[in-house]
Amino acid sequence: MSERQKNPAVKPQLPPNVLAKRALPWAMPILLLIVWQWSSSTGILPSRFLPSPRAVVSSFIELSASGELWTHVRVSSLRALSGFVVGGGIGLLLGLLTASFHWAEVLLDTTIQMVRNIPPLALIPLVILWFGIDESAKLFLVSLGVFFPVYINTFHGIRSVDRGLLEMGRTYGLSGWSLYREIILPGALPSILVGVRFSLGLMWVILIVAETISARSGIGYMTMNAREFMQTDVMVVGILLYAILGKLADLLAKGLERYWLRWNPAYQTAR
Amino acid sequence: MPVTCNSSEILAAEERCARGVSVAIKKVSIAFGGRTVLENFDIEIPAGEFVAIVGRSGCGKSTLLRSVAGLETPQAGSITLGAVPASNMKPDVRVMFQDSRLLPWRRVLPNVMIGLEPALMPQARKVLAQVGLAERVNDWPATLSGGQRQRVALARALVHDPNLLLLDEPLGSLDALTRIEMQQLIEDIWRSRGFTAMLVTHDVAEAISLADRVILIEGGRVALDEVVNIPRPRTRGGARFAALEERILGRVLQRRPVVEDVPGKDQW
Repeated sequence: MSERQKNPAVKPQLPPNVLAKRALPWAMPILLLIVWQWSSSTGILPSRFLPSPRAVVSSFIELSASGELWTHVRVSSLRALSGFVVGGGIGLLLGLLTASFHWAEVLLDTTIQMVRNIPPLALIPLVILWFGIDESAKLFLVSLGVFFPVYINTFHGIRSVDRGLLEMGRTYGLSGWSLYREIILPGALPSILVGVRFSLGLMWVILIVAETISARSGIGYMTMNAREFMQTDVMVVGILLYAILGKLADLLAKGLERYWLRWNPAYQTAR
Repeated sequence: MPVTCNSSEILAAEERCARGVSVAIKKVSIAFGGRTVLENFDIEIPAGEFVAIVGRSGCGKSTLLRSVAGLETPQAGSITLGAVPASNMKPDVRVMFQDSRLLPWRRVLPNVMIGLEPALMPQARKVLAQVGLAERVNDWPATLSGGQRQRVALARALVHDPNLLLLDEPLGSLDALTRIEMQQLIEDIWRSRGFTAMLVTHDVAEAISLADRVILIEGGRVALDEVVNIPRPRTRGGARFAALEERILGRVLQRRPVVEDVPGKDQW
């Protein structure tokens, strides 16, 4: 085993077949990109339908140079994060409450499960009526959307904490808050983080729709605005930005998992 | 001058520090959902004695141990622990379970220190060294072997310097060699510290090699109460050992229920 671990240090250059294996997943996207560029420049793919990759890149450079792009990115990220903090925070607290106290479960869980089955986006007409199209509308929708995954997974996590560990903790004199801090919370954490990852994905989906329908700034607004002027390149920049931001949020969640769950062999980084 | 409990050296039985408390179980009855597990159950364990409780699966031996630990409440009868020698403190009872029940999110040292004041860290390190894990204090439990995890669990129980140590098949899931090593370790520590010990096990040989007294439970009652008069350290190959093992095993197998899982699947 130790021999094998030493191996990469002795031979830093990867053998060609390993290199090929690493490059292979990227072959398809690159090929698609080449075909896309080729069909755009030959005119098979009209630019009012889909811009060429080059047009997208130059539009990205133009938008970021003028600073317009960053304003929109900042506005959208702020909305997403504040919605996540509010909705996720309430979800975490209520999940802890209903899972820990039977009276809270009896009182709240049925209601929460009912509301859960309403898609947050179905509320858009009502939300526009209530809040207009200002920030609070977006905050409300994103918070509502991220609330449920965090709530459900927190509840499930607390409920599925190993009974044996709880029993052990009690025989070693833990009770109340110390039992909570030492055993219940860390035991529920893997499940809570699954909820966080789910809700980070949902966070962008809901924000995109909310911004597309009603906003005066943000990436969704930029994309919709570009549609009015048939600026397909700007539209594609907006769509790609969502992809990048979504990926960043996921990386962040993964990082948290790696740090907080480093005791768990399933989450350890392969070295 | 009080005798200091130095666990690193094995003292003769007479000089042992008397930490143990006596256990009196009187007319205890326990039933789960209408099924009687223990009925009018009586045993007395003198302070400092090592008692092994054997029996078939489901005979109630684990339930007995759990009720001594306070994890189950008997419907009738009483379980009384004697006074701690030379003090008026509540007796300290620790349980070692079949699975190690270590917190996977705590490293080895904090696991041993659970429920312990932070100031007692040197004590925790000392006990870990005693079970042979001084080098692994900063490792995650997931990286330890089954035997090492049980040794951490043993250290976690011992750091509290218990008056009564309850062992609920703690070696059941270990391989044969690790098991013998652990038995040795438990015996050494028990002999030097002199706590009272109750061991629940499937393994009659394990019971005989460790205990002063072997109790067989059958149908919720004591079926056999046998004092083991073999001088320590005991060797498994000895004639008296073999004869006693033969007798107890014979008694266990004698009343074989008609429908039950075949012994030997996971017991012996």
